[in-house]
Amino acid sequence: MNSVTNIIKKEVKELLTPSTLIPIIIMAAIFGSLGNIIGGAGQEATKAPVIGIVDQDHSVLSEVASKTLDKSAKVVFTGSSVSEGLTALEKEDGIALIIIPSGFGERILSNKSGEYQILWIMKGTGLMDTISSSNVDLSLQLASASISKEIIDSHASVNSTIILNPTVKNETTIFKGKEMVGISPGLISGFMSQQAFVVPLIVLMVIIMAGSMVISSMGTEKENKTLETLLTLPVKRSSIVFGKLAGSAIVGLILAVIYMIGLGYYTSSISAGSPIDMAKYGLTLDAFDYILVGISLFLGLLSALALCMLLGIFAKNYKSAQTLTMPITLLAMIPMFAVMMLDFNTMPLIGQVLLFAIPFTHPMMAIRSLMFDDYTLVVGGIVYETIFAIATMAIAVWLFRKDILLTGRLTAGGKKQSWSPLWNAIQRMSRRK
Amino acid sequence: MIAIEVKNLVKSYGSFNAVNDISFAVNRGEIFGLIGPNGAGKTTTLRILATLLQISSGEVKIFDRDLKHEADEIRKIISYLPEDAGAYKNLTGRAYLEFIAPFFGDGDKSSEIVRKGVEIANLGERINDKVETYSKGMTRRLLVARALMIEPKVAILDELTSGLDVLNSQEIRKLAKKTASEGTTILLSSHNMLEVELLCDRIALINNGKIVEIGTPDELKKRHNCNNIEDVFVKVVA
Repeated sequence: MNSVTNIIKKEVKELLTPSTLIPIIIMAAIFGSLGNIIGGAGQEATKAPVIGIVDQDHSVLSEVASKTLDKSAKVVFTGSSVSEGLTALEKEDGIALIIIPSGFGERILSNKSGEYQILWIMKGTGLMDTISSSNVDLSLQLASASISKEIIDSHASVNSTIILNPTVKNETTIFKGKEMVGISPGLISGFMSQQAFVVPLIVLMVIIMAGSMVISSMGTEKENKTLETLLTLPVKRSSIVFGKLAGSAIVGLILAVIYMIGLGYYTSSISAGSPIDMAKYGLTLDAFDYILVGISLFLGLLSALALCMLLGIFAKNYKSAQTLTMPITLLAMIPMFAVMMLDFNTMPLIGQVLLFAIPFTHPMMAIRSLMFDDYTLVVGGIVYETIFAIATMAIAVWLFRKDILLTGRLTAGGKKQSWSPLWNAIQRMSRRK
Repeated sequence: MIAIEVKNLVKSYGSFNAVNDISFAVNRGEIFGLIGPNGAGKTTTLRILATLLQISSGEVKIFDRDLKHEADEIRKIISYLPEDAGAYKNLTGRAYLEFIAPFFGDGDKSSEIVRKGVEIANLGERINDKVETYSKGMTRRLLVARALMIEPKVAILDELTSGLDVLNSQEIRKLAKKTASEGTTILLSSHNMLEVELLCDRIALINNGKIVEIGTPDELKKRHNCNNIEDVFVKVVA
C-alpha cells in the first residue's frame, strides 16, 4: 500500500470517531429543528385567521366589509348573535369575533368613522399568537380599503383604483455594467445578503473544523509520542505531511457536510424565497462558475490545513493544540464579517490588500464575484491561494525535517529568545496548558 | 562488525550542550546500554540515532550509512521505541500493527510482519480491542512488538520495560536477548540497573552529556570495586 494512502487511512480512522461525529450531528439536528420552528411561525403568518362575523347593520358597506373579510380570512360563523358567534369560535379554534354594529354604514356616509367591535380570544403570548392577531388586523385593513373603493365608485367619476394608486414605478438598476430592468437596489441587496451570510459562514465552519483536526492530531501525536514513531518509519516527510493533511481534509469535509445539511435546512426553512427571478437578471452561476467556486474552496481549505499544520508543529500536547486553533479562527472571522457587511470593490485599497492576503477570503466572496462576472478577482484569488498553499506546505515539510517538530521551539531551556515577537507569542501559546 | 559508530557527537541547543562530544561503537548483535541520571543526554543520543534530531557536530554511522546524509536509508533498518510512548487510541492493537507493517513490506511480507507482531505482543484476543482500553503494560507490549516485529538491524529502545510488571519485564527482556541472538543490534537506555546488568553486553555511563565510563558490567564492577552496577553508577555519577 502506498505510504500516503496508509497514513490517510490511519488519520481518518483516528479522527472519525463517535465523539467527533455526535456533537456535529446534534448541532445539525438543532439547526434543523430551529428551522422547523421558525419556518412553522412563517407558515402561520401566511395562514388565514379563523374568525366569526356578526353583522348587525346589514347595510351595503357592512356587506362589502363582510365579503372582503370572507375572502381574506376563514369565516366560521356569520349571523347576528354574539353568544352564538363565540360558541362557534370556541368550537372551531377561532381567534376573533368581528361585530359590525347597527348604523355602521350610515356613520361612514355621514362623515364619521365606522366602528368594528372585536372580541379577541387570546390563547397565549407566544410569537404565533401575535402573528394570528396581526393577520386579523390585515383582513380588517383590506375590508376598509374595499369600503373606500365602494364609496369612491358610487360617488366619483374617476376609477377608485386610480384614485387609491395614482402612480407606479418603472425602475432599472445599473450595477457593475449590468442593466437590470424592473428591479430595485434594495431587492438585489436583499438577495445578495442571503448569499453573503450563508457562504462565508459555511467556509468558516469548514476551516475551523478541518483546521482543528490537523492541530489536534499533531498535539495528540506529540502527547502520545506516536509522532516520534511515525518519523522513524521509512517514509518521506512530505508523505507524512500530505497524508495528515488529506486525512484531516476528508474528515473535516465530512463534518462540514453534516453541519451544512443542518444549516441548509435551517436557512431554507426561514427563507421566504426571493420575490423575483434572479436568473432573469443573470444573477446565477453556470457549471464553469461552480467549478471555480469548488477550486477556490478546496484551495482555501488546503491553505488553512497547511497553516494549521505549521501551528501544530508548535503544539506540545492536545491542550496546547486547542489554544493554537485561535489564530486560525480569528483569521477566518475577519474576511467572514468583511464579506458579510462590505463589498470588496468599494473598500479602501489597504482593506482590499489585507483581505486579498487572507486566503480564506476568496472562497467566501467567489459566488458574489462570479454572479457579477468578476472573473479577474476570482481567478486572481485562485492563483494566490495556490501559491499560498504550496508555500505553506513547503515550509511545513521543511520544518518536519527540523528539531523544532519535537522540541516545539528553536532554542532549548528558554535560554535564548527568538528574534521575532510573533514567533515568541506562538511559542508562548504552545507552552500554555 | 561494527553496527553503530558514534564519533565526537555534539548536540547543542543555543549555548547548552545536551550531548557533549561522545564517542562509542556497538558491535553487530550486541546489546549496548546507555545509563545515566535524568537529563544526562541518554534520550537525546537515542533520538539522534533514531534520525529524529539533527547532529550539531560529529559523526554517526549505522551499518556504514552516514546519519547526516543517509537518514532515509537508515530508517529502513532501524526501529525506535520511545519512552512512555503510546499507540493510536482509536485503532485496535492489530490495526496499529497493520498500519506499521506496510512501511516495511507489501502483501505477504506485510502479513507475516503483522503475524509476528501479534505473536510478540502476546495479548490474546485483546489484540482486536481498541488501544484505548489497554493497560499501560499491554500498550508497552504492543509497542515492543511493533519495534521488533520488523526484525530491524538496529533496535533503539528507550526504557524497554517502562510500565511493565516484574513478570512482563522478564518476558520482554528474554525477547530482547533472543532478538539480539538472531542478529539484531540493540541500543537501549534504562534507569533499571538490574535490567542493565542482566541484559547488556556492554554499558556506557553518561553524565552531563559526556560518557564517563564504558565497558562490560563485569569490567565496570571490577574497575570500581563494586558488587553491582547500581553501586558503580552511584560512585561514578556522584
